Amino acid sequence: MSLNELITSSASALAEKLAAKEVSSEEVTRAHLDRIAEVDGGERGVHAFLHVNTEEALAVAREVDAARAAGGDDAAALHPLAGVPIAIKDLIVTVGQPTTAGSRILEGWMSPYDATVIKKIRAAKLPILGKTNLDEFAMGSSTEHSAFGPTRNPWDLDRIPGGSGGGSAAAVAAFEAPLALGTDTGGSIRQPGAVTGTVGVKPTYGAVSRYGAIAMASSLDQIGPVSRTVLDSALLQELVGGYDPFDSTSLTDPFDTLVAAAKEGSVAGLRIGVVKELGGEGYQAGVEARFHEALELLKGAGATVVEVSCPNFQYALGAYYLIMPSEVSSNLAKFDGVRYGLRVLPKDGPMTIERVMGATRAAGFGDEAKRRIILGTYALSAGYYDAYYGSAQKVRTLVQRDFEAAFAKADVLISPTAPTTAFRLGEKLDDPLAMYLNDVATIPANLAGVPGLSLPGGLADEDGLPVGIQLLAPARQDARLYRVGAALESLLEAQWGGPLLAKAPSLTAATAATTEGVK
Amino acid sequence: MAATDEILSFDEAMERFDPVLGFEVHVELNTKSKMFSSAPNVFGDDPNTNVNEVDLGMPGVLPVVNRAAVESSIKIGLALNCEIAESCRFARKNYFYPDTPKNFQTSQYDEPIAHDGWLDVELEDGTVFRVEIERAHMEEDAGKLTHMGGATGRIQGADYSLVDYNRAGVPLVEIVTKPIVGAGSRAPELARAYVSAVREIVKNLGVSDARMERGNVRCDANVSLMPKGADKFGTRSETKNVNSLRSVEHAVRFEIQRHAAVLASGGTVTQETRHWHEDTRTTTAGRPKSDADDYRYFPEPDLVPVVPSREWVEELRATLPEPPAERRKRLKEAWGYADAEFRDVVNAGVVEAIEETVAAGASPQAARKWWMGEIVGRAKTADVDPAELGVTPAAIVELNGLVEGGKLNNKMAGQVLDGVIAGEGTPTQVMEARGLVLVSDDRPLLEAIDAALAAQPDVADKIRGGKVQAVGAIVGGVMKATRGQADAGRVKELILERLGVSA
Repeated sequence: MSLNELITSSASALAEKLAAKEVSSEEVTRAHLDRIAEVDGGERGVHAFLHVNTEEALAVAREVDAARAAGGDDAAALHPLAGVPIAIKDLIVTVGQPTTAGSRILEGWMSPYDATVIKKIRAAKLPILGKTNLDEFAMGSSTEHSAFGPTRNPWDLDRIPGGSGGGSAAAVAAFEAPLALGTDTGGSIRQPGAVTGTVGVKPTYGAVSRYGAIAMASSLDQIGPVSRTVLDSALLQELVGGYDPFDSTSLTDPFDTLVAAAKEGSVAGLRIGVVKELGGEGYQAGVEARFHEALELLKGAGATVVEVSCPNFQYALGAYYLIMPSEVSSNLAKFDGVRYGLRVLPKDGPMTIERVMGATRAAGFGDEAKRRIILGTYALSAGYYDAYYGSAQKVRTLVQRDFEAAFAKADVLISPTAPTTAFRLGEKLDDPLAMYLNDVATIPANLAGVPGLSLPGGLADEDGLPVGIQLLAPARQDARLYRVGAALESLLEAQWGGPLLAKAPSLTAATAATTEGVK
Repeated sequence: MAATDEILSFDEAMERFDPVLGFEVHVELNTKSKMFSSAPNVFGDDPNTNVNEVDLGMPGVLPVVNRAAVESSIKIGLALNCEIAESCRFARKNYFYPDTPKNFQTSQYDEPIAHDGWLDVELEDGTVFRVEIERAHMEEDAGKLTHMGGATGRIQGADYSLVDYNRAGVPLVEIVTKPIVGAGSRAPELARAYVSAVREIVKNLGVSDARMERGNVRCDANVSLMPKGADKFGTRSETKNVNSLRSVEHAVRFEIQRHAAVLASGGTVTQETRHWHEDTRTTTAGRPKSDADDYRYFPEPDLVPVVPSREWVEELRATLPEPPAERRKRLKEAWGYADAEFRDVVNAGVVEAIEETVAAGASPQAARKWWMGEIVGRAKTADVDPAELGVTPAAIVELNGLVEGGKLNNKMAGQVLDGVIAGEGTPTQVMEARGLVLVSDDRPLLEAIDAALAAQPDVADKIRGGKVQAVGAIVGGVMKATRGQADAGRVKELILERLGVSA
């Protein structure tokens, strides 16, 4: 394989070449580490990674190569993805590497335990390349709320890579990793996928264990795959998913037909529902154009396209911004400087425990985290609970009913993933409400716990930037998403003559460019 | 220190006011692992050794409900005659304090696992008082803070504080009563009897070690007063962590007297928590507490509802042991003990030991004699529970047989018992090893009797003259000469026979 192929190949293609011993895991891993060194750092770097795990990644790669070379049982026991490197969103705890959640309050903290998904990845011997950047505690849609600086969009380094999982999406889009893990609370896997031209899946709530994913909003959070192809995401979800006794909310259902569904990839005879409320006003023309082209392709492949209405989706964003911060206010209470992480002592006045906690939290949390903690604390307060948290839970039920009604008419639902393409760094940083609107199409799935997949839908005419298409399926029907997603992907790629990311500008020139005028 | 509170005499308080009580009793369950983690639930280990990432509230952790703790909670609910919820949830009680690693306590709030029960509490004179139970809910214990430096041992004024998270996450069941009205002047006694009854129930169920000195059972006592005949409750105080039965009684009595003094002088009682001081038998003000304390409760999103199937509940109901009060009543009748005798047995904590001893073949009277007369005293000296001395019911039956068979007298039996406790073997083995054999051959006794009679001729004359009660002096001489290894009854018989006097 050429050097370029080592990093541009899909995970499934790499897996095949590794199994055929056409390439070693060490070569593949080293190629990605070299790519990270080349494009990630520096003032104009992508900055997808907060930590690069060079030594351990290479050690794991060599283990895989040794097992493969030994042949026999050792080689036969290897997982199909063994030796394929992966990047991990820095919200997921890992032994031996720092986990920061993108926050100063955890800077330097080392987890004493591995998340369940990390245990599975280690058992399957995927070299972990490092930890990827994110909005602090996964709060944001641009990765600009990271305490360690923003990630840049590989399509245009002056634009945001989406968020909160901008690091994972950018790493995959920039060929720094073929696979990554993200977390999705309101769209944090799918929206970055949309704006970086990658695939991102939020599985059914409970399909992947949350144990070891630092909680933002427990009832909404879900770990999921990020990749460049639908099949790769299916491979990764099958690996990390499944029941976990350490997560009471994890499902006992088997999710073991995802890869088969992605390989099958068909839409013939399926009813595809266009959600009336997820389009039109507020959606960029280029986004709508690509979306409608995709619908035509699906029709051409034998799907029936129907319109469905989900009238309560208009309240979903509001409900989300009550439930999510309520849970945030409680989940983030543990970061107080008493047991681990940052501890800041008050500059003057009495040294009481309350004041140490206060000083630590004041210094350790960024503005967006504070904004949501305050919002949630109010929403849960006596006298406000019913009006805010209580009402939001009712909306949540109504959104679930909307989905039920829609899925009675359609097998999968479809919409643009995000209303716009990637906006410029800094453009919405001072306007939280504008920032929140990025997730208007992705949030309903989190409120209802249903799975959602975003895949590249082409480039918007007006700015040449990637557009994402979102597919939604009923809870536990993740396989259906992969089947339809893979079909749409091949229809689109046939049109483009290859993967969308082949159209992305060369990064090596761009990241080396000077930064005049930026900031 | 807070200024000493004025108090009214208890009698005067009772003339003017009716007390209303309420209790929150926290019971630590003795499950192997904690409420939401697999860390061991063990008392007394080195600080922060029985903890894992869940107990420390590390980033990313999730709780998992301990099924054994749910089972214990259902048993407690059933023993308190409660309804068991078909589905119930945990909630988060949010507050910042360093003994709570997550800065929220996972507890049940509006959906307790057990609710609407009652408990019949028997006072010392046999009066039965029904206490209504509002709820019994599951929650996790907090860690233990030790405040170093400063005079009070409280956080105020301390130089620094130590935190031990071994207790963090220990399963708790909190039992909450409805307001208890109508106890009148027996309120302090009822308070003690109620907590005692709860303690006995959880111990009897085997779900808690129920040792109050270790904090396995902890009581918060709510007291308020209303003018005699009124039906609107007064403002309450909540005396926290009253952790012995005696203290519960004293704390309720003190608070009644304190409230009475405040109200009698036209003042108003402050709604607050109170700290109990065992040394002075008084309370002092804690923090103000209002019903509006805002813990921002909301359903715990990391846990799914607990849904105990009716089949499971019925299975557990079928395995419940006989309630302690009913059992006591049954045993007292079966054994034929007088009220006072039985009460002493209960207070000494040897009901079970006597039951086992009777089952092993001793008469109830003999069993009581050995446990109350011999073993309890030795246990007290050794500062252990009577059962912990290691005397088996079988050993007692054997020992008692040796005495009744004339092989040992009571004094020698005591020495044999010491040997058994010291681990020297069975009573027979101890008796033989120590050469403790009751002299039963009459000849050496007769020699000793003749010698004793010769030594005290005036006494011998008195006995011959009909003053049979004087025989004690001769018996004493014989026992002395035989170093106690004689059967005193037989000695007496032989003396009278020798002197030709009928008993």
